Amino acid sequence: MSATAPPPASGSRGADDAGDAAAGLADGALDRLGGQPRDEAAGPGRWAALGAGGIDDEPGTSLVRGALRRLRRDPTAILGAVLVTLFVLVALAAPLIAGYQPGRALPGSGITPSSVPGPSEAHPLGLDPSGVDLLTQLVYGARQSLVIGVVSTVIGLFFGMVLGTLAGAFGGWVDTVVMRVVDILLSIPSLLLAVSIAAVAGQSGTSVMIAIGVAQIPIFARLLRGSMLAERGADYVLAATSLGLRHRTVVMSHLLPNSLGPVIVQATLVLGTAIIEVAALSYLGLGAANPATAEWGRMLVRAQPRLASDPWLAIAPGVCIAITALGFTLLGESLRQALDPKGRR
Amino acid sequence: MNPADPLLSVRDLEVVFSSRGRADVRAVDGVSFDVRAGQVMALVGESGSGKSVTSLAVTGLLPARGVRVGGQALLRGRDLLAMGHRELEGLRGREVAMVFQDPMTSLNPVIPVGLQITEVLRRHTGASRASAKERAVELLGRVGIPDPRRRVGEYPHQLSGGMRQRVMIAVALACDPALLIADEPTTALDVTIQAQVIELLASLVREQDTAMLLITHDLGVVAGVCDEVTVMYSGRVVERAGRRELFARPRHRYTSGLLASVPRLDGDRSARLVPIPGTPRDVVPWSRACAFAPRCPAADSACASGHLALVDDGPAHVHRCVHPADEPPAAPSATPETAPTTAPTTTTGAPS
Amino acid sequence: MIRFVVRRLLLVVPVLAGLVLLLFAWTRALPGDPARALLGQRATPSGIAAINELYGFDRPLLVQLGIYVRQLATGNLGTSGFTGEPVVDSFVSRFPATIELGLSALVFAVVVGVPLGYFAARRNGRWLDSLTVGGSLLGVVIPVFFLAYLLKIVFAQWLGWLPTDGRQDVRINATHVTDFYVLDGLLTGELDAALNALKHLVLPALALGTIPLAIIVRITRASVIEVLGDDFVRTARAKGLAQRTIRVRHVMRNALLPVITTIGLQTGLLLSGAVLTESVFAINGIGSYLFTAISQLDYAVLQGYILFIALTYALVNLVVDVLYGVIDPRVRLS
Repeated sequence: MSATAPPPASGSRGADDAGDAAAGLADGALDRLGGQPRDEAAGPGRWAALGAGGIDDEPGTSLVRGALRRLRRDPTAILGAVLVTLFVLVALAAPLIAGYQPGRALPGSGITPSSVPGPSEAHPLGLDPSGVDLLTQLVYGARQSLVIGVVSTVIGLFFGMVLGTLAGAFGGWVDTVVMRVVDILLSIPSLLLAVSIAAVAGQSGTSVMIAIGVAQIPIFARLLRGSMLAERGADYVLAATSLGLRHRTVVMSHLLPNSLGPVIVQATLVLGTAIIEVAALSYLGLGAANPATAEWGRMLVRAQPRLASDPWLAIAPGVCIAITALGFTLLGESLRQALDPKGRR
Repeated sequence: MNPADPLLSVRDLEVVFSSRGRADVRAVDGVSFDVRAGQVMALVGESGSGKSVTSLAVTGLLPARGVRVGGQALLRGRDLLAMGHRELEGLRGREVAMVFQDPMTSLNPVIPVGLQITEVLRRHTGASRASAKERAVELLGRVGIPDPRRRVGEYPHQLSGGMRQRVMIAVALACDPALLIADEPTTALDVTIQAQVIELLASLVREQDTAMLLITHDLGVVAGVCDEVTVMYSGRVVERAGRRELFARPRHRYTSGLLASVPRLDGDRSARLVPIPGTPRDVVPWSRACAFAPRCPAADSACASGHLALVDDGPAHVHRCVHPADEPPAAPSATPETAPTTAPTTTTGAPS
Repeated sequence: MIRFVVRRLLLVVPVLAGLVLLLFAWTRALPGDPARALLGQRATPSGIAAINELYGFDRPLLVQLGIYVRQLATGNLGTSGFTGEPVVDSFVSRFPATIELGLSALVFAVVVGVPLGYFAARRNGRWLDSLTVGGSLLGVVIPVFFLAYLLKIVFAQWLGWLPTDGRQDVRINATHVTDFYVLDGLLTGELDAALNALKHLVLPALALGTIPLAIIVRITRASVIEVLGDDFVRTARAKGLAQRTIRVRHVMRNALLPVITTIGLQTGLLLSGAVLTESVFAINGIGSYLFTAISQLDYAVLQGYILFIALTYALVNLVVDVLYGVIDPRVRLS
């Protein structure tokens, strides 16, 4: 009988971004485990799927292929993919789009402390406070943001997966030790964690990337470990174990691939949120030393004092940050739904 | 009201699910049946046959969006389907009560079971807090829960599955409903508990002259307690007869197939069980033809064409089959008895 | 219940102990001489010598750790490398401002977010729902400090509806009892002072509360959709219960469980977001104190702040867990 008791809203579970809050949600969903509906009389939420039942449950369709098909039908996913593709294209083709060199002030631009020239024929978006072509800065900023997103995600993903796999695969004291460390790191808000790491890593753009990536490690580790633990009790894992497969084989070829869903979702989200974090760190005075660096967060911070007189200078990079982060968030959220076996919400 | 009249009379019930970008799904297609006071009507069919949807449509529990419901469901002559929201809410729980399939999920996990009983009482009878609580204790005792005074304050997760289903029954019986709809009440329970719960339901129905609509896929459940059986397939009624008549002389090929696939202790042990081939997915999509034809051993072109109406076949026995089965499948008694039920008032099952 | 609380408290101990170790290691990992790092710009030969004396930086690591732990045990979180003031004193005097701001932001996020999430869920798939979901996504992708600036420019500078910065108009000679300005005004009966402090709170609370709001809306929505599909809600409807009873007792009581956990998790977000928001609105709380400290590389303050936040965070989440246990009997009894 016993209803599965929910994990107590455990220790210093933490992290403070949308991604992890959603992880908390996943816990919440687990809390209410109970029998799956056994007959056609499911709840209203599942009625919508009734008509689709025959289509979505085609035999032999893998989770990944099913997810891809659901993604193609989801307008949210399409919008997200379009925004992300656009962003990546701009980042890759930056030298082709930009008319000038990034971070280099143009001579005779007419910059004075109180005024910045607006749009002209030569500069469609005008100049920035350092006298650099704004469009050029924005385009190269995309490139910088892509690098930041990828580097910090890779750092967080790699180390997080190593820790998560260790904890999830071995359990026991390894799990305890790893998760205690993760708990400790999660009790520090990720922004401050990044600040502390940047303090150790030194003052540079690279150290900021590393800091953001490292601050993501505990989140990835926790997600992967949680989903591995959930999968470990699954029947197919028991089946694989009872067939006498070696533990390592079970972990690497069954447990890990099937537990990756939440991690992939989180990685997608981090690609976007890293840009926002960089902006916050820039605001706190950390990051690239050169003020004219073509990086959206830095541009936003530098333009802030002129917001009242030249709002465009701040709004342009602000909008770039928001749209890019939005693209990744939309993509991540629809991925989450597509990968959710109960999904189809 | 004439005592011979049925308590609940469902006429030409139709339920269609529609969602954007997909073809409509007709889950219930022109279903009619009656339920009488003091009697048990069983609605039998496999998953997806539309039996649960039928019960939810009758009680107005289907979601408002994306669902079209047609036909009539007359409770003492008042049409439940035409009723306003408020009026229906006043009837549910008081006149019509339901017991659902899964007691694990059908009770609210975060409030004590006592409150889940008293809230119905207080809503419909205006009972005071104290008297409602007394009644809850009494009800728990009546459904066979030991130490009800202590159990009243416990939470669902502290009770076993069978106990929880008993609580669900106590909730349903709280206001002495005229009609009890039990939707697969034993499916989620251990086999040993199943018989107890069915026994409990049956005795309560007989003691209080309640009418019960018992929805199940399990012919074993049906055999024990019901008076009349309506068999559904793909959203339509394919056969209806009194219990004994149906078991002795199933006419529709689906019914006979169902009976042949159930192991019997009292039958010929050497006889092989005969499974029904195929799956319910092999449906002829909502043509007027026989939906069972693709799985039927006796099917021919006649089954796939034309408009198949319910035909009378003996007293109180109707079916919708072009090639009805002749031989009773290994029946325990050779003489088919007529079911002791009054004749159904309708023989038409075609959608209006 | 008491056993639950005690057990839950015991879980906090290893986390805090680990954090202390980590912070200790962190000060040693800072580039350069730890004394110089802690002193920052105030580093003079005599200052460094004094710090070395105090923390024992020239002695074995274990001894240093002992000294650090002993200091923490006596409530000493270190000394600012910039102002020379004890970090604890600065925190205590500035904390009310931050609590006031954080609570206002949280109240805003919960009071707006939970109903919005509920109604979006009820209208799942329709325009109100899409609008809410879209809005909540936007709330997450705008950098906090940028949003704060936008609000300040538009509503304070251009429209002039609300004050631009500070906690209270300096011309108001308000009596301060608790240092929670709104509360002070109410306590002393200086209602204009309370109102003035409240007006000062609006924009910062909006800015700080936006991300928690977005998260709470989404969690509530998802949770309500999930619960609406649960069998017991159908049972409640089959009982003919009043809509209000179904909504409050059956839907929300279950749907709020993950929301409550989420609210606890917002503490960290609020306390780190305060660093950005307080500096934009010139609110003299611990957030702007830390902002200054970070820009001056005053690591002693950062070190103290992290410990301080972790402690607050642990306490808040303890309260949240207890609250969760009150609502969900399954946790309480397991």
